Amino acid sequence: MKREIPLIITFIAGTVFVVAYFVPHSPFNRAESLFNDWFAILAAFAIWLGALNLLKICALKVSRRSKDWYLGFVIIVGFFVTVAVGAYDGVVGLSNVPATAFRDPGTNFDWIYRNVYTPLSATMFAMLAFFVASASYRAFRARNFQATLLLLAGFLVMLGRVPVGDLITGFLPPAYQMSQWATWIMDFPQTAGQRAIMIGIALGIISTSLRVILGIERSRLEGE
Amino acid sequence: MGESVIGAWIAAFLTLGILTFLYKDNVIYKISEAIFIGVSAGYWFITLFWDNLYRKFWVVGIEGGQWELWGGIILGVMMLCRLSRKIGWIARWPMSFIIGAVAGLYMMLYFTSNAMVQIRSTISNLTESVNVGDPYYIIGNIVVAAGTFSGLVYFYFSKEHKGVFGATAKVGIWFIMVTFGAAFGYTVMSRMSLLIGRIDFLLSDWLKLIS
Repeated sequence: MKREIPLIITFIAGTVFVVAYFVPHSPFNRAESLFNDWFAILAAFAIWLGALNLLKICALKVSRRSKDWYLGFVIIVGFFVTVAVGAYDGVVGLSNVPATAFRDPGTNFDWIYRNVYTPLSATMFAMLAFFVASASYRAFRARNFQATLLLLAGFLVMLGRVPVGDLITGFLPPAYQMSQWATWIMDFPQTAGQRAIMIGIALGIISTSLRVILGIERSRLEGE
Repeated sequence: MGESVIGAWIAAFLTLGILTFLYKDNVIYKISEAIFIGVSAGYWFITLFWDNLYRKFWVVGIEGGQWELWGGIILGVMMLCRLSRKIGWIARWPMSFIIGAVAGLYMMLYFTSNAMVQIRSTISNLTESVNVGDPYYIIGNIVVAAGTFSGLVYFYFSKEHKGVFGATAKVGIWFIMVTFGAAFGYTVMSRMSLLIGRIDFLLSDWLKLIS
């Protein structure tokens, strides 16, 4: 039963969405809407599961005083402060007339978002600029024709997106300057490759989804 | 000291804390990273509580009398059983629901948006540009159609890439390499703009060196 019931649940959930696409009438559209609501509720629980698991790991790390245990403590404090502030702002917002949301501009939660969350996430992603530059220095070698194409496309797009690109090609008519080359690459050859990849991904997802819904793909149930 | 000034100082220290990693892995970076992990987890925890649980379940389900939404809560509680070793297997049921729903949803979504719409756009853009008669778009859309077709041929591995088929596949890989190069360049530029944004914040909002 530990294997059969999950397979039946997967089949029903998947089939409802597929059938509702082709037959958007009752009872399938109602079932699809209900499953969508369940899915949204489950998404919250999935995040909760991840967060609780994180807290469990951090709490164990702190209690055992293992290596870098203080980082676990910082994670726990950061988590609880954010949750407490968000919960407080949400409850206060409900009692306001008219009701306000927990993340409206001016709330404490919004302050945390603007001054803690955004700088940290933006800087984390900004750091990738250095790592990408370092990786491209090592990987971008014109070893063969294909690698040269990759190098040229990357080079032209990067240069075409900054003012210096047009400055270098300033002697050419405006329609032939670097930014126009970058735009042409993005609009046509890039779109072509992108479309081939997207169609390939779609075909892959359709076949994999069918395997999952029909219970042919059941590797997730291994170990039971 | 105003609230915004304190905020700017905290944001500046956290920004610099993350950037210290460029020198080497250090305690300040680790603490900043731990704050990011904790705050991110808390942010999504409370956001999904208010957006999904409160609005969907409490307002619509309980206050609105839609009792069938309890099904989502029951599945959610079953999912939390994953935290226990003894009854962790119960989480397979909600996970199966998620896997099935995502499979069904994505199958139709990708079928329409990624497959059918892309094929239609490739053909319709070409015919439209021929009708309009602008050589720039005619050549461009011929490139798109040829690139899409040859790219798809490259992804077809059930036939050996030899002869005309192999030559078409070879052209396909050229287009795919251009796509990867352009995507790489685009990603680099987006990361650069984020970096410029952080430096702009440090110099203008925090240090007030530039206005």
